[in-house]
Amino acid sequence: MSDLIPFIVAKYNYWIYITLMMIGLYAMIAKNNLVKKIVGMNIFQTAIILFYVSIGAKKGATIPIIEHAHGDAHGAVSHTIEIAHYINPLPHVLMLTAIVVSVATLGVALALAIKVYNRHKTLEEDEIIDQIKGI
Amino acid sequence: MIWQLDLAILTLVVVCAIAAISVKDLLGSAILFGAYSFMMCLLWAIMGAVDVAFTEASVGAGVSTVFFVAAVFRSTRRTKD
Repeated sequence: MSDLIPFIVAKYNYWIYITLMMIGLYAMIAKNNLVKKIVGMNIFQTAIILFYVSIGAKKGATIPIIEHAHGDAHGAVSHTIEIAHYINPLPHVLMLTAIVVSVATLGVALALAIKVYNRHKTLEEDEIIDQIKGI
Repeated sequence: MIWQLDLAILTLVVVCAIAAISVKDLLGSAILFGAYSFMMCLLWAIMGAVDVAFTEASVGAGVSTVFFVAAVFRSTRRTKD
């Protein structure tokens, strides 16, 4: 038990990511409004992107651009690259793609929600189901 | 990464997320989602992922908010939950 509490506190950022993910999942499942569901979907996506970016972070490291890449004044590269001084850029590149995909899915989802509103004149899920059953 | 700043912005992110899904007005929900996206962008900037932060500030906080506001103006602001 005494080992467990430092373990939980040291990984506090992961717990908050899981909380954000569950907020998004709750909004997707339990909310009645279609736009609220779409907001929940976006919260879920950004929570996963945040988790991946935090995997690549390192303590005491700088952004992944090599310092003095063109060598010193004589044009010779005289040092080796220390990998612990740079943040891992691979999760950043993957999540850059995921952000663009998320805005594309947001656009499609909102267009579908507007189509549903034009047909049923409401965005509430239970009223739409009532209208469909009533026809 | 400064852990005090990290923890403060993480708390703000969670507060913005809960407010965005619980406010009873879709326009307010859209604006709170924009605030959430911008807080997320700050979080990535202090984690050192500056390229992801740029993209999120332009695409997440900019274009997504415009999409939400446009969709709310083309449909309705009313919501029950």
